[in-house]
Amino acid sequence: MELVMAILIGVLFTAAVYLILSRSLLKIIIGTGLLSHGAHLLILTMGGLGGLAPPVISKSVTDFADPLPQALILTAIVISFGVTAFMLVMAYRAYAVHKTDDMNQLKGNDEHD
Amino acid sequence: MINLPLLPIILPFLFAILLLFFKENVRIQRALTLVGVIISLIASFYLLVTVKTEGVLAVTLGSWPAPFGIAMVSDMFSALLVTTTLLITLFVVVYSFTAIGEERERFFYYPAILFMVTGVNGAFTTGDIFNMFVFFEVLLIASYLLIVLGGEKKQLRESIKYILVNVVSSALFVITIAYLYSVVGTLNMADISVKIAEVGQPGIITVIAVLMLIVFGVKGAIFPLYFWLPGSYAAPPVPVLALFGALLTKVGVYAIMRTYTLFFIHNVGVTHEILMVVSVLTVIVGCIGALAYFDLKQIIIYNIVIAVGVILFGAAQMNEAGISGAIFYLVHDMLIKGALFLLIGIIIYVTGTSNLRKMGGLMKTHAPLGWFYLIAAFGLAGIPPLSGFIGKLLIAQGAFEAGNIWGSIIILASSLIVLLSVIRIFIYAFWGEPMELPKTKRKPYARMMLPTIVLVVLSVLYGVGTEWLIPYVTDATDVLLQPSIYIDAVLK
Repeated sequence: MELVMAILIGVLFTAAVYLILSRSLLKIIIGTGLLSHGAHLLILTMGGLGGLAPPVISKSVTDFADPLPQALILTAIVISFGVTAFMLVMAYRAYAVHKTDDMNQLKGNDEHD
Repeated sequence: MINLPLLPIILPFLFAILLLFFKENVRIQRALTLVGVIISLIASFYLLVTVKTEGVLAVTLGSWPAPFGIAMVSDMFSALLVTTTLLITLFVVVYSFTAIGEERERFFYYPAILFMVTGVNGAFTTGDIFNMFVFFEVLLIASYLLIVLGGEKKQLRESIKYILVNVVSSALFVITIAYLYSVVGTLNMADISVKIAEVGQPGIITVIAVLMLIVFGVKGAIFPLYFWLPGSYAAPPVPVLALFGALLTKVGVYAIMRTYTLFFIHNVGVTHEILMVVSVLTVIVGCIGALAYFDLKQIIIYNIVIAVGVILFGAAQMNEAGISGAIFYLVHDMLIKGALFLLIGIIIYVTGTSNLRKMGGLMKTHAPLGWFYLIAAFGLAGIPPLSGFIGKLLIAQGAFEAGNIWGSIIILASSLIVLLSVIRIFIYAFWGEPMELPKTKRKPYARMMLPTIVLVVLSVLYGVGTEWLIPYVTDATDVLLQPSIYIDAVLK
């Protein structure tokens, strides 16, 4: 199971890097989304996949999964959700002001201000 | 006062939330921000004194026992940085009253500053590596708002790049924490230190150390990860630039110093050697940049890069002189960079341009500005008895003791280039034939000068009063060099 997860994470990172290196602003933002998905799955895998064991400690439960990675992912998901939303709004504003979403034309030097 | 370490984090947060209710009322915003920052500053001074008398303070949130709950730890190093952060925020806020303009003040400018201070102080105080990630995000999200606030063409263009770089580095941070967690199985920084010491830093931990250097290096702008800094920092208005330049990169530097003195201390030959080489390269690249531009903002921005290199070079020595020099220089650099950015902000206001070639002869019309700029410039270069001297002296001493002769010669030579780069501003802007100045009012100029002068005077006092600061810096150095003090305070 860990191997499948590792391959999946690798595929997500590859796709993310490909998208982030593209010129379209929207593709870049989707790329950052994939990147954070990969990172979140990585935390889950690194914490050890617990199988069917519940992530709680109580007297009746002898075999339990580590609950911490799930708490970490929850936090990280919320953060990346907020940042992605902010980036989308900003990309729209930048598109409206600069009339382009091509990063090549957003290089910018002082003559173009 | 068991929750004392939390006060400098929670107070700005509380006032930031209060401010959200008074969006349209600029007067109340200003007054509340001022009150909030001053109260937080008093709390942080009290914290500083308490840490001095009682040693390292640790709070575990929700009273969960130490390795499980989130710990907040105030040692002398973090208390010093928290106090300096609030001090600089105070001056930048007062300066902003005149400099930032009402449009921005109406659009959550002050709440964004206070949220950012919450994040910065939290990152300095936290004793939990994942919690550090969360506080990094808090300060980053507030900084995203500050950098784009105003929505000018240039700001929008540059802030996209700033956000993108930081999002990627945050993802790397999460990945690094995941690796670290899988190896040591804990997030509490003191506990991580214990666990790494138990296994004696195998190869995987060294890999994680280098990953951490990359993650924090992006935030702290070390070579070769500083590429985003000059473009992005030049976009926002000067008060925001002063905050970013004085505080944000220093959080990255703090995180590198903390992890490289607490976690990764068993294979110094590899990790600290890399850190040292990278920091020397950072200094060299910063020097080239500082001399290459004729733009006021760019020159000082590249000086941030130089300072980051110098501080990390001191930290990489891992001996008493090197580390205490790095701490001295870190606090000095926060003060003096704040002062310099505020000063060039006034120069830009007076001349209406940031291009050095279009200025001249300001000494005839604005003599006090010139003199205080000169003092700040000398302080930055480290001319005794001003503030930069003692830090650089100790760093060079530490490097010679550790046998890194070439590195310390480069660091010392860089002081000359720093001096040249800032004196060039003085010569072009203040000497020569007076240029025709755009009509500006005298009153805003005076109002902006006031906080700036006080900050410059403070930096001079920091240099002259080194003698009184030594006990504090020694305490901070002890905690960094002997992780057992930190660990015992947290795990009890």
